[in-house]
Amino acid sequence: MLAAQILINALVLGCLYACIAIGFSLVWGVLNVINLIHGSFIVLGAYLAWGLYQGLHISPWYSLAVAAPLFFVFGYVIQRLILNRVITAPVLVTLTLTFGLDLILNNAMIYYFKADYRKLTLTPPMGSVSIFDVVVPVDRLIATVAALALTFVLYLILRRLRVGRAIVAVRLDRDAAVLMGVNVNSIYAIAFGLGAALAGCAGVLMALIFPISPLTSTAYLGKAFVVCVLGGLGSVSGALAGGILLALIEGVGSAMIGPAHATTLSFVLLIVFLILRPQGLLGRKGFE
Amino acid sequence: MTRANLILLALIACIAALPLFGEAYTLRLGTIACMYAIMALSWNVVGGFAGYPSFATAAFFGLGAYIGGVLLARGMPLTMAIPIAGIGSFLVAALLGAALLRLRGHYFAIASLSLIEVFRELVNNATDLTGGGMGLNIPLAASAGVMADATFFFYLMWGVLLVTAVMVIAVSMSKLGFGLSCIMQNETAANMVGLNTTLYKSIAFGLSACFVGAAGGVYAAWVHYIDPSDVFDILYSVKPIVMALIGGLGSPLGVTIGAFVYLGLEEVVWRNYIQIHSGVLGVLIVLLLLFLPHGLTSLRGWRLWGRAKNV
Repeated sequence: MLAAQILINALVLGCLYACIAIGFSLVWGVLNVINLIHGSFIVLGAYLAWGLYQGLHISPWYSLAVAAPLFFVFGYVIQRLILNRVITAPVLVTLTLTFGLDLILNNAMIYYFKADYRKLTLTPPMGSVSIFDVVVPVDRLIATVAALALTFVLYLILRRLRVGRAIVAVRLDRDAAVLMGVNVNSIYAIAFGLGAALAGCAGVLMALIFPISPLTSTAYLGKAFVVCVLGGLGSVSGALAGGILLALIEGVGSAMIGPAHATTLSFVLLIVFLILRPQGLLGRKGFE
Repeated sequence: MTRANLILLALIACIAALPLFGEAYTLRLGTIACMYAIMALSWNVVGGFAGYPSFATAAFFGLGAYIGGVLLARGMPLTMAIPIAGIGSFLVAALLGAALLRLRGHYFAIASLSLIEVFRELVNNATDLTGGGMGLNIPLAASAGVMADATFFFYLMWGVLLVTAVMVIAVSMSKLGFGLSCIMQNETAANMVGLNTTLYKSIAFGLSACFVGAAGGVYAAWVHYIDPSDVFDILYSVKPIVMALIGGLGSPLGVTIGAFVYLGLEEVVWRNYIQIHSGVLGVLIVLLLLFLPHGLTSLRGWRLWGRAKNV
């Protein structure tokens, strides 16, 4: 039964990890920028859900609808005003720039919200369901379903909408996309906005499960790194595979060698994957 | 030796005179200035010469601090603990570099960032050896008063800085430095004409870790207490990059001046805006990258009184 519990936990957590990583993966894949603000976006989303619930008693499920457009605009503006100026610069410049932006956002959050850990507690609590001794908290289950739904929405956007096809085209071959009449700067901004929106929504879902503090942003960012590298860059299915794999490894690792070593294990795995299979589980070679 | 390198050595020599003028606070600033300059110069070997965006400085600073700290706590004298911290960091970095430096661009950046995380978690979990999250107390050496201690550690850090500067200048004048700049310009071509790029990059990565590790050892002895979140702080990886960007990538004199300018800014911000200091640092980074991407040295070409071109 323990094995089944570990497996279910990994599936539930894996979908949440995928949701954390998918926006990061999109921005990295399309803009070729390692977006270090991603973790702080997630935390800001969590604060938004917390604030709306505490202040206006708006359920986090509805907060998703508030967070998505808000964060899209936020991301769009940051990309248009700041990031777009250095978009063709080498990785050192873009990475350091996003680190600087992250310092500003994170410091602002510490200043306004303080570094205390908060928790969004639903009243009444939703309890948990158990099927054959496997126990899953209901709020976690719904968050997982919502995370899967968000991931699916992104998949649909990229597959079905004109703008989504343009994003994929820019990702595959920027120069060819320009020749086909795609406005690359606008696509970059939209992709960054989408990434921010996904981060904000992921944050709303995280608020239900994990404590909220500006200090947790690096942990989210670290998960996004590992998931992207494990699953392969820029694809929705890759993020899902990477998320579930990471959660499985952490779960099994915790059970076998102790929870203290789970993070070490995941980062060691990240480095091994980078060296042996940098394209990730589902990525294709030469497709960077 | 170029003029810039001579100026660098002269500048470092001038800093040695600091204890003549200063009180304990000035010496403390001087020690940090030397530490930052060591980090910036070391980063420059792999980031400036070879063009690899390394974010691993904090990993090796922490590694050196813990090697030095653990040895000092076990009763080893300072004169042995610090060289061992440096050499240990060199070996670890050179071995890791042989594997990691096959990655390029974003993947290398992510891998080097993750090194910090791996090292921090390892130290966190090796509670018996390092004290884990509780930190590590390093016994006070026989103290001869506040000023004597401050002067001693200042000269210790200064000594490491001097050795670092000599190393960087030696690298820039040697075949190694030439090879590294070939790697930066076109690695594939460098490989084709018979340059052992893996060896060169590994040595560069090792050298960039060696003196940072030694500085970490000095830092541990100086502050008497280290804990994982303090010495494995990602800011120690980003600060050298900011310093190098302030001073201009690749030039040893430039990055050293960048380190001093950065320390000055940091100190002013710390004193006046303690609550928002990391935000101000963020604003500084953003402004620097957007408006002065090639550093202060690039301002030379923008003199108002210079003769106009193309006239």
